[in-house]
Amino acid sequence: MPAIEMSNPAALPADWRDILALTKPRVMSLVVFSGLCGLLAAPVLPPLALGFTAILCIALAAGACGALNQWYEVEIDAKMRRTAKRPLPAGRMDRDAALQFGVGLGAFSVLLMGLATNWLAAVLLAVSILFYVLIYTVWLKPRTAQNIVIGGAAGAFPPLIGWVAATGHMATLPLLLFGIVFLWTPPHFWALSLFVRSDYAAAGIPMLPVVAGPQNTRKQIFIYSLALAVAAVAPWPLGLTGPIYGGAATGLSIGFVILAGRVLGNRATDPAEMGPEKKLFAYSVIYLFVLFGALVADRWLPW
Amino acid sequence: MSQEEEVVRRQRERARILAWLLGGFVVLLFFITIAKTGINW
Repeated sequence: MPAIEMSNPAALPADWRDILALTKPRVMSLVVFSGLCGLLAAPVLPPLALGFTAILCIALAAGACGALNQWYEVEIDAKMRRTAKRPLPAGRMDRDAALQFGVGLGAFSVLLMGLATNWLAAVLLAVSILFYVLIYTVWLKPRTAQNIVIGGAAGAFPPLIGWVAATGHMATLPLLLFGIVFLWTPPHFWALSLFVRSDYAAAGIPMLPVVAGPQNTRKQIFIYSLALAVAAVAPWPLGLTGPIYGGAATGLSIGFVILAGRVLGNRATDPAEMGPEKKLFAYSVIYLFVLFGALVADRWLPW
Repeated sequence: MSQEEEVVRRQRERARILAWLLGGFVVLLFFITIAKTGINW
């Protein structure tokens, strides 16, 4: 595309690619996957159109959260290398348009979820959006080093919502799935924040490595990894899942704890020497995908 | 490309995407209604 001269890029209607980027599509993929697994792990399946709509609503709600998060954090994003090129800090999009898009998308997703599936799922979806935007983004993130711990609950909703959309009620297994994502979030984000610590420090975000130092963070990562391993394996001895999930959860969690142990043993403060932290971060993404995939396989495979 | 041309290009592109999304939503609403009313094909 030929270059154009723009005196004020935000005065232009936003490019659709920038609107899409506002929804954080990569984060959305993990949210959609965990929501889909919650739905597919339920004892009853809704009609295809309703199941598809439930997942679509979870995706739209995640997009709304991304948009509202970027709307609120535009000054912070501008200070961090990782986020400075996003549409709002880069000045390619009007801030009010992002707010209207986020609120509209969130309201639409909740309404559609309620009309298509059930209102308990819609209420949970609304709570997850409000929790992420108000409790995590606005309240906790700029104030406390425990932001990720409590804020992680927002990301733990999708499997619960998927299950409730399918069944219309809560149960022990989806609550455990909630607990698994809740306990997975701190080691996942703390591993990342260890090697982008300078970015968070520059933006004034009190992430644990900035406030408590790398070694304290590594200890916390290891403790949470142990708790995660217990929570991840728990559905199997409780009789809520079968051996496919049990085997996968055990193997994956042992791997997680081993990698967290290597992070604990690392003393590096230079991001270039933080190989174990980068490995744990990458592994944590694969961990959740495979664990939830095993949950669905366990529900549907005949043995 | 002048700024005015870029505005028109973006508006057209967004209108086209919105039209597809609205069309998809109508189809989705149709299938939701079928599923909610329990009509078997």
